[in-house]
This record gives sequence, structure tokens and C-alpha cells, in this order.
Amino acid sequence: MSTLAAPYRFSEQFYAGARACIPVAISVAAYGLVWGMLARGAGLSLLEVVMMSGLVFAGSAQFVALDLWTATPSSLPIGPLILAALIVNLRYLLLTATLRPLYPEKGLWRGALSMYLVTDENWAMTVAAMARGGGSVAFLMGGGVLAWISWMSTNLIGYGLGSAIDDPARWGLDFAFTATFLALLLGMWKGRGDIVPWLVAALTAIATAQFVEGSWHILVGGVAGSLAGALVEVRKHAHHA
Amino acid sequence: MHTTPEAVIVILGMALVTIAVKASGLLLADRLPRDGFAAAWLRHIPGAVLAALVAPALVTGSPAEVVAALATGGIFILTRNLFAAMATGVITVYLVRLLIAG
Repeated sequence: MSTLAAPYRFSEQFYAGARACIPVAISVAAYGLVWGMLARGAGLSLLEVVMMSGLVFAGSAQFVALDLWTATPSSLPIGPLILAALIVNLRYLLLTATLRPLYPEKGLWRGALSMYLVTDENWAMTVAAMARGGGSVAFLMGGGVLAWISWMSTNLIGYGLGSAIDDPARWGLDFAFTATFLALLLGMWKGRGDIVPWLVAALTAIATAQFVEGSWHILVGGVAGSLAGALVEVRKHAHHA
Repeated sequence: MHTTPEAVIVILGMALVTIAVKASGLLLADRLPRDGFAAAWLRHIPGAVLAALVAPALVTGSPAEVVAALATGGIFILTRNLFAAMATGVITVYLVRLLIAG
């Protein structure tokens, strides 16, 4: 890496990135605690929690995975689970593409490995730093490592707390999923342009869930809604042009 | 500490597609659509997926779940805090179920 020539600057930038991510690491922690508790309810073992949080390291995809997870291994929907992770994570195509200016032409493939540490949180902080004329690979990684530690440790704490509760539904904890997703959805609201895609996604998903077993409504609704959103947006621009 | 071959395959598969998508963004950065239909489509995916996830649960849920969903949404809009919203939803659904049952 080009940063090896100036190692002191790498660590300086690394800590700066970690510091910038402290506020968002707190929200990652809250989110991580919930995921850990729900993971226990969904029937994941401690080893599976460690593997998934450590290797997949993508909050929304992991929440969706819990919804599809089954405690009996033979009925685990392997294809839909992997496909769902792919679809939920597709947005990262756009996020990591914006980081391209940080990487030199030569080390791009090595840089691709560092993309593992990209989350919504440290991406946002890095892009903000880039807009101010700063930002670097080290800055990105500092935030990423902090987010990883926050995510992993709170997942494990949540998993431990979950053991204190024998019947989650009795305490209303079965609703934690819907509540979390609803809050995540509202957090994504960017304006009226979201009305059509969200409505189409919701209605298509409701209809699909009525007729198709399993969790296909997530994929069908997600694809239909996002296509509808894109259609509306492109047509609107065509009218303005 | 235990797991099954199926679970390991799922987790490795999820990890692989996740890093592949993240790496592709960087590697294809100079060729990705910056505007137009494909870019708009990618932008709308996360919201649509979450809407598709939440909607059936609310429609098939009992009145307790609908009330709790309203409380969750209200608290999130007021506080922008995920944990507070989730906790409100859980407490509300617990209390309303108690009221209905009792």
C-alpha cells in the first residue's frame, strides 16, 4: 500500500477515522444489542452469531437473515438467505463506488479487500471528510474497525441477555423485528419520491405473502418497489427535460 | 458452541456476496451508471426491501400490533433513535395485548 511509506500518517488518519465514528458507533451498538437478542430468539448458536457478525458484517442483511432463519437445519432456506443478503447489500455498489478517488490506480485489487470494513456509518463519515478535502483509506478503516468492534461485542452481549427470556412472545419481543424494520424504514425517508416505491413494495409484498409460502414477498416486493421508484424518477426527469 | 453444515454454507455464502458487492462498487466505479434508470433503481432498493418486509407483518397482525407500529413510528420520528423506537414498540404491544386479553 502507498501508505506504508508514511506509517505515522496512517495511524494518525486511522485514529481520526475511529474518533469521527464514535457517535455512530453508539447507534451501531444499540442496533447490535437488538440483533444479538433476536438472533438467540431465531435459534442461532453462539458460534453462528460469531461467524455471521464477524464475516458478513452487514446489519440490515443480518436482520433480514434472522427473519428467514429456521432452527431446524434441514429447512434452512439456503438460496433465499444468500439471495436476500445480495439484494439488501446491493446499495453498497453505490457507496463503495464513491470511495474510488481514495485509491491509487495500481493497488485497486488490494483496496477491494478493504471494502470489507465499509459500513453505512464509516462510509458516511469518510465521504463527509472527503467533501472537506480530507479522508483517506486509513480514515475509512479506523471507522470500520471501531464499527466492527462495536457490532461484534454488542451482538454477543445481546445474545447473552436473550437467554434470560424463555418465551419472547410473552414479553412482546416478537414485535421487536417489525418495530426495528419500521424504524429503519422511516430513517430512510428522503422525500415524496419514496412514496411510490414504498407503496408498490408494500402492496406487492402483501399480495405475494398471501399466495406464496416462505419469504419471497421480501424479494418480490423489494424488486417491484425499487423498479417503480426508478420508473417514476426517470419519467419525471424526462418531463422536465 | 455448535453449528451445522447448512448454517456454515449460508453464512459463508452471505459473507461472500456481501464482500463481492462492496468490492464491485470500487472496482467498477469508473463504469457504474451515475444517473439514469439503473442508478435510480439501485438507489431505491433498500427502502423498497424494508417496506416489503414490514407491510405483510402489519396487515396480518392484530390490533395490538397496529397500535404498537404507530407508537414505534411516532417515537422514531420524534427521537430518531432506533433503540427507543424498538423498545416503545415492544412495550406497547405487550401492554395492549394485556389489555385485550384481560
